[in-house]
This record gives sequence, structure tokens and C-alpha cells, in this order.
Amino acid sequence: MSIPEKKLEGTRLFPLKQKKNPIAAFENVKKNYDDVQVLKGVDLNISPGEKLALIGPSGSGKTTMIRMLMTLEKPSSGHIKVEGKYLWHKEVSGGLIPANEKHLREMRQNIGMVFQHFNLFPHMTILRNVTEAPIHVLGLSKEEAHQRAVDMLQKVGLGDKLDAYPAQLSGGQKQRVAIARAVVMQPRIMLFDEVTSALDPELVDEVLQVIKDLAKETDMAMILVTHEMDFARDVADRVVFLHDGQIEEEGKPKDIFENPKSPRLKSFLRRFLKS
Amino acid sequence: MSWDWNFAIEVFPEILGAIWLVIAITFGSFIVALILGLVLTFARRSSFKPLSLLVYAFIEFVRSTPPLVQLFFVYFALPAIGISINKYTAGIVTLGIHYSTYVSEVYRSGIEAIPKGQWEAAKAMNFSKTQTWFRIILPQAIPPVIPMLGNYLIVLFKETPILMAIGVGEFLQKAQLIGSTHFKYLEPITIVGLLFLLLSYPSALLINRLEQKSNQAFTGKKNRRLTNQFHLKSGA
Ligand SMILES: Nc1ncnc2c1ncn2[C@@H]1O[C@H](COP(=O)(O)OP(=O)(O)O)[C@@H](O)[C@H]1O
Ligand SMILES: [Mg+2]
Repeated sequence: MSIPEKKLEGTRLFPLKQKKNPIAAFENVKKNYDDVQVLKGVDLNISPGEKLALIGPSGSGKTTMIRMLMTLEKPSSGHIKVEGKYLWHKEVSGGLIPANEKHLREMRQNIGMVFQHFNLFPHMTILRNVTEAPIHVLGLSKEEAHQRAVDMLQKVGLGDKLDAYPAQLSGGQKQRVAIARAVVMQPRIMLFDEVTSALDPELVDEVLQVIKDLAKETDMAMILVTHEMDFARDVADRVVFLHDGQIEEEGKPKDIFENPKSPRLKSFLRRFLKS
Repeated sequence: MSWDWNFAIEVFPEILGAIWLVIAITFGSFIVALILGLVLTFARRSSFKPLSLLVYAFIEFVRSTPPLVQLFFVYFALPAIGISINKYTAGIVTLGIHYSTYVSEVYRSGIEAIPKGQWEAAKAMNFSKTQTWFRIILPQAIPPVIPMLGNYLIVLFKETPILMAIGVGEFLQKAQLIGSTHFKYLEPITIVGLLFLLLSYPSALLINRLEQKSNQAFTGKKNRRLTNQFHLKSGA
């Protein structure tokens, strides 16, 4: 199957999916850093509740993609939509104007992110890391935020660390706190950027297990950037292979891993499974 | 002329009497410097270029002119354009503004030491700009620079004698008055020097200890002990 055909098929499929409007959509999104184009026109729809694994060689643009969805980077051209609304623009009569901070904050309410390097707030206890935003951003009462946070921390196995500071935790524990901190905000989409790559090998599984459990019980959509192929196959409804700033292939995990079509994906998987 | 103990003991209380005024002016100016310094820091980082350039120019200007000249400007020159303030306010405002430029630099160094990931996490948690500053960035940026701020407090304290030039009755002015009345300067001026030594040296030691503690910030127990001490001191 040649690439143009695939694109056509994509557009034909889109109306069928209308009953399930995408929770997030990339529309011909490009991103340049100075002269270098790191994303070369990405089209991607994420359905509500969908668990999407984003794989690809290092430098292919995976992080850039989800950072744009988190509003940490601005697309150079194209559009990103969340729940049908432009992320980086405001719709006014007569067209689009660049989004202001108020619009971005409204949009961000839908999105949560877990970072490779945790980025916990080091001056707050674990509990406060998780209650701070629910209280001051969502406006929950202290009691309610506390209850939610404790439930969530227990779920990730850290119910006994409420009063510890991040510096006292292992990498795996820190990452589990970071997951709790993001989930407690109840976003519609969660972004995970290689959340186990900064961990010692023996700590990887505890974090992957937490995400797997979460994926099973939540109706949040998730975009999981990962190099853990077994994990991706386990958890994802769909796998997207990014190569050199473009989506090279996408499909069900079974198809992607057992029957890859693009030579680049084949060689990526071969290299990957070997090393 | 030799040292006269009786005279020294006689005039000591009179000079010491200025201590509350000196302390009030020092802390008054320092509070102005801490607050204005923060305002300058924010303005300097503003994405509105004219504002950040203006503030940059202001900071450079204030730093490269002597505080004494600034003091005369505030006290003697401003009334010419209809702004007149009493000498105490003039002193506090002048020293406060002068040191705000240094304090702002200290804040800046603290803020720049915060990793980019903290700003990004704050955004991902959807904190507002103000919340990000006051809940995430400043609580991390300021504790490590408290010792540097403390040093400026001491430097500012040692600068208070310039206020004598506009007739503020601080240590040096008292000593000078006594000296000119009795034609004996050795004792009163020496006492002033001693007072500055007695007040600055222990403060410097205290700041050194703070410095050691701030190096251990956010590592758990030690940090909590430190914050408890702050709470005790502030009566909370
Ligand atoms: N802030 C930046 N400035 C310049 N180049 C960048 C920046 N961020 C990422 N890049 C470049 O963009 C490309 C894609 O990066 P990234 O999205 O991090 O890829 P991945 O996450 O797939 O490894 C890389 O070549 C990287 O060097
Ligand atoms: Mg990456």
C-alpha cells in the first residue's frame, strides 16, 4: 500500500468516526527550530479514552509532539484541536486570533503530563505536590483535595510517604508521585514522555505497572511515548510510529509489532528488539 | 590628646540612644528593597520589551550613581518639582531604592537556578502565572539566596551614616555633634565604630550559619528543622 492511498483512506475513515469526536487532533502540524524542521506535517486523531503508544527513533519528534499538546511549545504551522477547539487560537467571528493566557488555561484543564525527569516540586511534601493544584487551580476544598490525593497516592503504592519530600524518594517512587499528581486533576488526556527512561532498570516495572493499572480503569485518553515495546503492546489500543518528523505507520499493536509494513518500522523494530 | 574614659562613658548612652532609629531605618529600607527588588525582577523579565528595557536602564543608573547623590536628589531636588518628604522617609526611600537594584540581582540569580522543568510542571498542572511565581518558583529560588540578602542587609546597615548629610540623627551625626560641642572627637567616633562592629559581626556570623543550612534545603528532616526554627522566630 502506497503512502498517498493511506492518506486517502484516513480522510475517508474520518466521517465514520464522527460519532466519536476526537478528543485531540493534529492537523498538518509542522514545527521548526530555527532552520531545522523537526515535524513535517503530522495528522493524528486521538479518540476519547484511547490509549495511544507513540514510538520512533530518538530525535523523530515524539517529545515535540506531546509538548505542543501540553502547550509547552507552539506549532510553527498547522492546528492542534482539543475537544474540537483550537488549542493555540481563539475562534472569533471572522476567523482565528492567537490564544491568550486565559484561553490556554481553559484548554490545559483537559490535559495532564508526566515528564521523563519527574519535575516534582522539591520544596513540597509528597502530599502537597498532589494537593496543591486541586486546591488552587480546581478550587477544591482542602478536605476534598486531601481525600483525593491520599486515595491516589495509595493507589500508586505511596500511602506511607505522604510527609516525605521528593529528595527522599527513589526515582520509581518519584515517578509514581508525578503520575498521581497529574491524574488527580482528572484531565481528559494524559501525556507520558518516556517516563521510565531516567530510571534504574530495576525500578522500571513498578512504574509501568502503575500505568497499566491506570490505563485499565480510566476513561482518560493517554498518549504514551515509550521505548518499552512490550508495555506498548500490552497497554495501547493503537501504535503510531513516528520517523523523522512524520507518521510513517500506525495500526493495532498486533499489526505494528507482528506485521510491520514500512521498511523503516521493520528496521526500527529489528534494531530495537536486538539492543 | 589621649583617651578619656570618663568622657567616653558619659557620651556612650547618648550615641547608643540612636540605635532604635538606626535599626528602624535599616529594616525599613531593607523591606522597601525586598519588595521593590521583586517588582524590578518581574518587570525586568516582562515580555513587554519597553518596560524591561526601561527597568534595565533604571537599575544601571541607580547602581552607577553614589547613594549620597541620590539622597540629595530625593531630599533637596525633588521638592523643586513639588515632591517633598521628611528626612526619615527620604532616607528610607533612597536606601531602599538603591539596594533594591542589588536585591533584584540576587533574586534573579536565585530564579535562574530553578530548572526549566519546574516551570513546565507548573504549566502542566495549570497554575496561573501568579501562582507559578508565588507557589512554585519563589519558594525555591529565595531560600538559597537568603544569606546573600543578609549580606546586603549588613552592607545597607553600614551605609546609614550617609543619612547624616540630611540631618538624620543616627550614630555618626550624634557623635559629630558631641565632638563639635566638646572639641573631642576621638571617643565619640571610636564608639560609633565599635557599635557598628558589635552589631554587624554577630549578624554576619548568623548569616554564615544560615548559609550552611540553606545548602541542605529540601533534603527532608534537616529542612523541616530549619523551617520550624523560622516559625519559632516569627512567633508562628
Ligand atoms: N528546543 C529545541 N531547540 C532546537 N532543537 C530542538 C529543540 N527541541 C528538540 N529539538 C530537536 O528536535 C528534534 C526532535 O526532538 P524530540 O521531539 O525531542 O525527539 P524525540 O522525543 O522523538 O527523541 C531533535 O532533532 C531535537 O534535537
Ligand atoms: Mg523524547
